Amino acid sequence: MPQVIAVPRETFAGEKRVATVPEVVEKLTKLGFRVAVESGAGEAANFSDQAYRAAGAEIVADAWAGADMVFKVRAPSAAEVARMREGSALVSFVWPAQNPELLEALAAKKATVLAMDSVPRISRAQKLDALSSMANIAGYRAVIEAAHAFGRFFTGQITAAGKVPPAKVFVIGAGVAGLAAIGAASGLGAVVLANDTRPEVADQIKSLGGEYVGVDYVEEGSGTGGYAKVMSAGFQQAQREVFARQAKEVDVIITTALIPGKPAPKLITADMVRSMRPGSVIVDLAAEQGGNCELTEPGKLVVKHGVTLIGYTDLPSRLAKQSSTLYATNLLRLTEELCKGKDGVINVNMDDEVIRGTTVIKAGAITWPPPPPKLSAAPPKPAAKPAAGPAPKGHGAAGAPASAKATALVFLAGAALFWFIGAYAPAAFIGHFTVFVLACFVGYMVIWNVTPALHTPLMSVTNAISSIIAIGALVQVAPFEGESAGRPTAWIIGLAVVSIGLVAINMFGGFAVTQRMLQMFRK
Amino acid sequence: MSTTLLTVSYLGAAILFILSLGGLSSPETSRRGNLYGMIGMAIAVLATVLGPLVTKAAYAWIIGAMALGAAIGLYAARTVKMTQMPELVALMHSLVGLAAVLVGFANYIDPAASAGFKGAEKTIHEIEIYIGVLIGAVTFSGSIIAFGKLSAKISGRPVLLPGRHWVNLLGLLGVIWCGAQFISSQSIAQGMTPLVVMTAIALLFGVHMVMAIGGADMPVVVSMLNSYSGWAAAATGFMLSNDLLIVTGALVGSSGAILSYIMCRAMNRNFVAVIAGGFGTEGGKPAAAGGAQPAGEVSPISAAETAELLRAVKNVIIVPGYGMAVAQAQHTVYEITKHLREKGVNVRFGIHPVAGRMPGHMNVLLAEAKVPYDIVMEMDEINADFPDTDVAMVIGANDIVNPAAQEDPASPIAGMPVLEVWHAKTSIVMKRSMASGYAGVDNPLFYKDNNRMLFGDAKKMLDEVLVALKA
Repeated sequence: MPQVIAVPRETFAGEKRVATVPEVVEKLTKLGFRVAVESGAGEAANFSDQAYRAAGAEIVADAWAGADMVFKVRAPSAAEVARMREGSALVSFVWPAQNPELLEALAAKKATVLAMDSVPRISRAQKLDALSSMANIAGYRAVIEAAHAFGRFFTGQITAAGKVPPAKVFVIGAGVAGLAAIGAASGLGAVVLANDTRPEVADQIKSLGGEYVGVDYVEEGSGTGGYAKVMSAGFQQAQREVFARQAKEVDVIITTALIPGKPAPKLITADMVRSMRPGSVIVDLAAEQGGNCELTEPGKLVVKHGVTLIGYTDLPSRLAKQSSTLYATNLLRLTEELCKGKDGVINVNMDDEVIRGTTVIKAGAITWPPPPPKLSAAPPKPAAKPAAGPAPKGHGAAGAPASAKATALVFLAGAALFWFIGAYAPAAFIGHFTVFVLACFVGYMVIWNVTPALHTPLMSVTNAISSIIAIGALVQVAPFEGESAGRPTAWIIGLAVVSIGLVAINMFGGFAVTQRMLQMFRK
Repeated sequence: MSTTLLTVSYLGAAILFILSLGGLSSPETSRRGNLYGMIGMAIAVLATVLGPLVTKAAYAWIIGAMALGAAIGLYAARTVKMTQMPELVALMHSLVGLAAVLVGFANYIDPAASAGFKGAEKTIHEIEIYIGVLIGAVTFSGSIIAFGKLSAKISGRPVLLPGRHWVNLLGLLGVIWCGAQFISSQSIAQGMTPLVVMTAIALLFGVHMVMAIGGADMPVVVSMLNSYSGWAAAATGFMLSNDLLIVTGALVGSSGAILSYIMCRAMNRNFVAVIAGGFGTEGGKPAAAGGAQPAGEVSPISAAETAELLRAVKNVIIVPGYGMAVAQAQHTVYEITKHLREKGVNVRFGIHPVAGRMPGHMNVLLAEAKVPYDIVMEMDEINADFPDTDVAMVIGANDIVNPAAQEDPASPIAGMPVLEVWHAKTSIVMKRSMASGYAGVDNPLFYKDNNRMLFGDAKKMLDEVLVALKA
């Protein structure tokens, strides 16, 4: 008996999104489920009942009644919870930390609840990370809202009527939303500056056309799971100074700074807003968590000190068709994880790290918060250095300078050796020894310049050159002039001739094969 | 030819050798570099033969031996396949080693050679002979075994005798004791016994040392033997008081030593640990891999689907490994590369320093297949480009693309620099089966969502991909 996935109409005021789209309905049906969509559920996002029906969904008047699993966007209201069938499952945003009483109410319904805001941040779960999908849209929309409220072009232009300077946009927080905003703003032609407490995102900022503005204060800002953490007072002070300086110069500020489970940090003070040029715009993506700007009014657009402050909390909903499609796909991926057998029956497997993290209530028992994730999306760089050996160094350089102690030891040993040789060795040996040591250094310098692509030819040519040992054999093969009793001349010549033969193989073969190889290297 | 002229000729030859190695800094200058090497060698040999130390009576012997050797050498150089280069190089090292041994013996039994030496000079001369023969013998037998392993005449698996470190230590003590006997001997006949015993020990040591080293550590062994052959030549130079030999030996010796160092660094392993044999530390078999076995499903892909995928991309990076050499697939790889490049796809190659069985092995194979060298990149040059790459194709490589080296500190290969193919949008791994690589470590790459496995013989699969691409 296939289970029924029901998609009710969102009841939250102004919410335009819907939890599934026709394209995804088709795929859910292929997984073996029956899909019931409440009449008019997709209307605000421009998906008609007709389209859902064509994709294989049933259109029902009350989605809650016969549902085994309910897909929603917003967390359910008290009225919706009351309509839930006992023991059914719910997938939606829940925000368990902020809504403890909702959690209790759902638990009382013996429900199984998967919170799309609690998907663990590991690589495997990226495809069902709805927060990222929504943040991406919010970042884009923030730029659009800012451009709408801003009285000038974003891009610089030279027109017949005069020169237009490009708008300067400052993005605070380069998470998914921040990066989307950077990309959108630079796409519109603005000069984009961006800041983040995690220095490793500087490259990502640059790759999207932004310029990284660092805070000159050494502290690593990466918490677990790729999120930021609370910074020290000293850092915050330095950071405020950077922001104050930027506020005077830029036209648009987009703030996206959030720390999981904490109210949004107040980064833009009233003084900074006052210092901005009239007509400037601040878009506060953290408005729902209290806002990054002191003057933000959540959910509203207000003008204070000549600066437009946008605190909309429904930015993804303003792009309802796009956000519904991405959210529906996230839910589809989750459903695939829940229904590995493709038999239309879900299995909430708590041994699976992704499902364990997402599930906040299992059959009436609250399982939130989950154990911390085992593996971070970006593994921490230091500390975990393996004990297996020295860290690899950059190529070409002969290596980083060794520690002073090691250097001193090497020099001491070298000095002792040199003293020993100088004191005891005969003069002739010293001459050869000098040549030997200097040649080693020349070799060292020359070889480091050899390109790795030519290491094989290098080996064969050095091999050919080492045939120089032939000289040793050549001088032995000469018959001894003058008499010496007991000299085994035949033996000596025999050994020498064999050596010459062997070495000649090497000499001619080595150079020839090197030549053959080198001729193959071409552009 | 006077003695001073001879010395100046040697100086010229030494300079040419240095220029020869310097020329290898780029492919453009490398051919001229090789020419410098040949000229230098010709000058050195001719000056010696025409010089005061060689009489006309010896010419017949010299020309005969030279001609025979040259014929064999040139024949081998012409017929060797590029995939067999490691074997050829190993074999050639053995010749230098053997020559050093023979020259050392010949020098020792010639009373005229040490006639002028007394006291400390005589002792030093004998030490030089002793060391020259020692290094030569180790190089000889070690290279022969390396040749056997590389040409699959001997199993590539490490052969670990019980208590092998003690055996080596015993050998070392034996060598030192023989050395003391050798130096204190009163006559040549008396010194012969310790010299021969030492040579035997050194030969056994060479065999034992290389037998204990596994197939994938061969790049280190081959470079190390290269280094030894240089030191053998340098020791011979000391013995004969010949500065050219000393200089050349030192050049070759440091070249091999640096290559060994580069190879070890590329595996993030200690030189001593590699030479001590086996994998890991003291008797360490890959048991440590038990910790984090990645489990999951791998997604196979067919040759036709691979072609389909390649048709729609802009950036491709190919990562070849020893498997490509074994399957002789480099020519097909080039055909695919050519086809894609004509379509405007940016195809490049990412070469790990220890890919293959000797330093630079992959570069030579690709050059043989006419792949232009400016699209063949080193690991450090290309690693940052994987995130912008649509498809990364891994052909017959495993450990060098293992993400466990970065992600799992408990992995036996943790910290080894690897090619980060998993950052590409899609990676395709060509492999015969799911067997783990040389290090015996399972590869989490295979289980990644964006990875596809193309099972089968690399050559056969690539041929099918090529046909599908052209269709």
